[in-house]
Amino acid sequence: MKVLLVAEYREKALLETIYELNGFANSLNAEKVFFAVGYESNLPKVAGKLYLADAEKYGEYNPDVHKELIKQVVEKENPDYIVFSHSSYGWDLAPRVAAALKVGQLTEVVAIEDNTFVVPSCNAKLRRFVRHTPGKAVLTIQAGAFAPVVDSASPEVEKIEASAQAKLEFVGYEEAEAKSVDLTKAEIIVTAGRGIGKPDNVPVIEELAKALGGELGASRPVVDAGWVDHSRQVGTTGQTVSPKLYVACGVSGAIQHLAGMKKSDYIIAINTDKDAPIAEAADVLVVADVMQFVPALTSKLK
Amino acid sequence: MKVLVCIKQVPDMESKFKVASNNVWYEDTDLAYRMNEYDEYAVEQAVRLKEQVGDCDVTVLSIGPERVKEAIKKALAMGCDRGVHINDNDYYSKDPYQKAQMIAEFAKDKNFDIIFTGLQSQDTGSAQVGVLLGELLELPVVTTIVSFEYNDGEVTVKRELEGGKKSIIKVKVPAVFTCQLGLNEPRYPTLPNIMKAKKKEILTFEASELLKAENLVTTAKMAFPEKKGGAQILEGDVAELVDKVVQILKEKSLV
Ligand SMILES: Cc1cc2nc3c(=O)[nH]c(=O)nc-3n(C[C@H](O)[C@H](O)[C@H](O)COP(=O)(O)OP(=O)(O)OC[C@H]3O[C@@H](n4cnc5c(N)ncnc54)[C@H](O)[C@@H]3O)c2cc1C
Repeated sequence: MKVLLVAEYREKALLETIYELNGFANSLNAEKVFFAVGYESNLPKVAGKLYLADAEKYGEYNPDVHKELIKQVVEKENPDYIVFSHSSYGWDLAPRVAAALKVGQLTEVVAIEDNTFVVPSCNAKLRRFVRHTPGKAVLTIQAGAFAPVVDSASPEVEKIEASAQAKLEFVGYEEAEAKSVDLTKAEIIVTAGRGIGKPDNVPVIEELAKALGGELGASRPVVDAGWVDHSRQVGTTGQTVSPKLYVACGVSGAIQHLAGMKKSDYIIAINTDKDAPIAEAADVLVVADVMQFVPALTSKLK
Repeated sequence: MKVLVCIKQVPDMESKFKVASNNVWYEDTDLAYRMNEYDEYAVEQAVRLKEQVGDCDVTVLSIGPERVKEAIKKALAMGCDRGVHINDNDYYSKDPYQKAQMIAEFAKDKNFDIIFTGLQSQDTGSAQVGVLLGELLELPVVTTIVSFEYNDGEVTVKRELEGGKKSIIKVKVPAVFTCQLGLNEPRYPTLPNIMKAKKKEILTFEASELLKAENLVTTAKMAFPEKKGGAQILEGDVAELVDKVVQILKEKSLV
């Protein structure tokens, strides 16, 4: 079996996610070939052939052109799988490559079992075991699902060119808003999830954070709705935290939230739903209405 | 200007799921259904665009059984002009490529200037239909948009990247956009708009009329994740629960 692993660059930096793809390929015992639109000065530490297209020329984000470049490599190498990280780059490019090759795509693969690919479903409450038609397929791999492997080697580089036309114009990057709160240093975080119900309930969660001597955190919908400032968002598009204690109040435990908090030493979740996926990450799941439980806990602590 | 919004109806994710007897999907009776969260942002953006440019006709499309008309009606009440229902009782066995192909078959001769879809669905989470649709129609596609500005045939959007970073992309219409959480704040349909929506037309197609592709991906089985025995579950009276948690916090020297 042969796999083509696609590396990513952002603002000239190589993203470490390529090493998770490398680990994934090793778990399959597959022959590996790599591809990147990147920079020769900053190559991944992997053993094998790397097809490199110049990011200065083709852009770090230019999916219509990157698709053509990958198609060329696929023609040369004939891999069984073309593998991307499930990232803003990967989920954008992977279906374009799948469409160009007229093959199936398996999204957000977390494991391989019984010769099928396992993908999460319904907020990770369920899992689907999926198969593709015989022949090639495109995969995106969930962040953190496979342990990273860095080789003590340099790739053998072969440069490639394309003549495709861009359909989009990349104007530039916009930096993340400056963080007014550095949750990465907090020892205790109490997070408000959508289960708190309404913005008026935020102070109730804040009170518990205070009583414990910690900081208020928030899940994404709470931030998107403007109830809590973005600088307090925990997750893939917020901050990655590792406090001694993480209290998740009305948080379901979607993958993107878990990615930001699962390294916490001790996790207590409060949720009315016993089956909420947060239970997989938590040490303790308190099955209760957060608006009844939290004020009672706060007053007890005081 | 002509706009298409593709939406899906999904179960409320807080539902108690059961695996269906076919073993490849969840049991879909007795669930509360709603519009896929990501698609609500898509509908809202389409309606805002209509409000901005005035001369604009918005079609909302959904694939699925009879019940998905509820989601279509909600979109009509939010301000879309007409609905298209692709009737499909076997919706769960169609893969993303087939869904995109059916939509492309409907859309190919309609000259939509802008197509909005959600970034992904909450139930299957494949994040492919919008992109595949754009590829089939040979239109530019921008995914994961968290802002949208239309100006005289040109659209400027922000794409969300990891860690709070964004990229700014310009594209000329016709184009496809997949919408991410936080793009806007979806409106609640008002009662007068719900009444008005009742008079709006919903065209129905049978999936078999539009489907030309074989599936490329099939579900072999659906199952619950094995419980890794992670959390200790505490249930009962709130006062008792509080005592238990305080005790745990003390034992762990966290208070
Ligand atoms: C690309 C991408 C990036 C993302 N980045 C992030 C990110 O950085 N951070 C993030 O958090 N999310 C992120 N998300 C969103 C993520 O997928 C989820 O939508 C989000 O985490 C859900 O937030 P929640 O758990 O607060 O809300 P929900 O999923 O709505 O869960 C609410 C929970 O509250 C419980 N509940 C309801 N009422 C009560 C009550 N009275 N008492 C107790 N419990 C109650 C429910 O049982 C449920 O489990 C991202 C999504 C995408 C696609």
